[in-house]
Amino acid sequence: MSNTAALMADGISKSFRAVQALDDVSIELHHGRVTALLGDNGAGKSTLVKCIAGLYQPDSGRIFIEGAEHRISSARHARELGIETVHQTLSVIDPLDVAENLFLNREHTRGGWLGARLGLLDKRRMRTDCATTLSRLDIRIPSLRRSVGSLSGGQRQAIAIGRAVAWGQRIVLLDEPAAALGVEQTQRVLELITNLRDQGLAVLLITHNMEQVLSVCDEAVVLYRGKKSAEVKVADVTKDDLVAYITGARTNS
Amino acid sequence: MDRYRHNGGLRQYVVYVAFALILAIFSIILHDDGFLSSQNLLNIGRQAAPIAVMAVGMAFALAAGEIDLSVGSIVALSSLVAAEMVADYGFLLGALMALGVAAFVGLINGIISVNVRIPSFLVTLGMLSIISGIARNWNNLQSLPIRNDRFSAIFGAGGLGPISSLLIWIVIVGVIGHIALHHLRWGRHILSTGADRNAANAVGINTARVKISALVVSATAAGFAGILLAGRLSIGRHNLGEDYLLTVIAAVVIGGTNLFGGRASVLGAITGALIMSMLNNGLILMGLEVADQLIARGAIIILAVALSMREAKEV
Repeated sequence: MSNTAALMADGISKSFRAVQALDDVSIELHHGRVTALLGDNGAGKSTLVKCIAGLYQPDSGRIFIEGAEHRISSARHARELGIETVHQTLSVIDPLDVAENLFLNREHTRGGWLGARLGLLDKRRMRTDCATTLSRLDIRIPSLRRSVGSLSGGQRQAIAIGRAVAWGQRIVLLDEPAAALGVEQTQRVLELITNLRDQGLAVLLITHNMEQVLSVCDEAVVLYRGKKSAEVKVADVTKDDLVAYITGARTNS
Repeated sequence: MDRYRHNGGLRQYVVYVAFALILAIFSIILHDDGFLSSQNLLNIGRQAAPIAVMAVGMAFALAAGEIDLSVGSIVALSSLVAAEMVADYGFLLGALMALGVAAFVGLINGIISVNVRIPSFLVTLGMLSIISGIARNWNNLQSLPIRNDRFSAIFGAGGLGPISSLLIWIVIVGVIGHIALHHLRWGRHILSTGADRNAANAVGINTARVKISALVVSATAAGFAGILLAGRLSIGRHNLGEDYLLTVIAAVVIGGTNLFGGRASVLGAITGALIMSMLNNGLILMGLEVADQLIARGAIIILAVALSMREAKEV
């Protein structure tokens, strides 16, 4: 793995009218490492993720991917750059089935050139590929033909994560992926994250759970009221340190 | 049962049950009035054709989370354009021009609604008024005759043997609509956009374009309905389709399409249109005055929609 950061966001600022959501925040994500993004509610974590995922345009600041600067203009653009995101609000579509969700906006088409122009879906191939992907990730869904709306919260989350994992080329951003999950499912999500890390992807994990940070993350970046208040190696700190950074009782950066 | 439950329960079959039920009821009480005669059944199908075509188009608009209230006026405009153009350019080009004008109206609806962020019900309500005005001015409220036998034969008056061309068009539009909704990427993106626009955006779907395209489809379908009416009656007229809006929306919603986006059924919409046509026909055969027909039709529509929406909420 080279020393170039998979992603470097440098001096990102973003305000919404009078509210300064992000103020000169910089962060680096590295291949084969999991970075925690911590902070209290409203600290700017989701805003930063959305800036990287192409949903927001930062007011200032630069983003480098593998050392090359990019202005990420849309969610589609971010995907093309190899960035996959699981947003806090699930981005699965209830009326579509499991395979259709996994392949949403990346559908397999059939029938050659005309089929591709028309967007004629190859549902069979989508289902077989979906089954392969899910079993590789050890995600168990009763039927791929079921609409996602009929599945449990954990299964829906697993599909959202599965999609990011399946397509993530370089970078996977996870905004509270385990927020709605039970203990066992949370454990599964953490396994998926370490799995991604071992495959050499750069992972950003937003979470409020310090145990998760200590167990799977290599680095932690803490935001406090839109500013970076700390950037630490997880091995060097305790849970209490992290909490102190999050509440603004201490800073280190 | 699992396969049914996840797609909105039995409710997607309600429309077919209702169809069979109403058919049975009318068959019994109107037995002596010739309700079941093949002539009358064909008539029901023919009457349903413009509504069915519009309902399919409207299903796409609703599925994408939009609504098109201008469809009735587009029917009239399209019939006038067709009548005007068929005389000079022949039946095919004339029909294509009428479709093109309708699609253009839908494009304007979509662009204003999406880019200026005005809810489509307001934009299309304004458009309804504009297009109605244009249609009235077109020939000073007079009908434009269509003297092109081919046009009339293909778009409504003729048929293949005993099968009216209108019935064939219902099938063609239904098959195309069903494939577009279920087997094209575009159809899936329509549903995704209507179900959860933010989520669709987050995976990179161009939801603005999807919504515009849905309004283009609903307007184009209305334009085609106008061609079918013009073909059957051999005229273009400013008030064709004027009172179709409520019937079309009722047909779509009874057919299992969610009024607020994310769920649609093309076959349901067509069945809904057949139900509407059957009700209309049955009420006439029962000898109701026009005024009483209006009252009965309105009440039945509200009841039917209420029933189908109630089921939708429970699931």
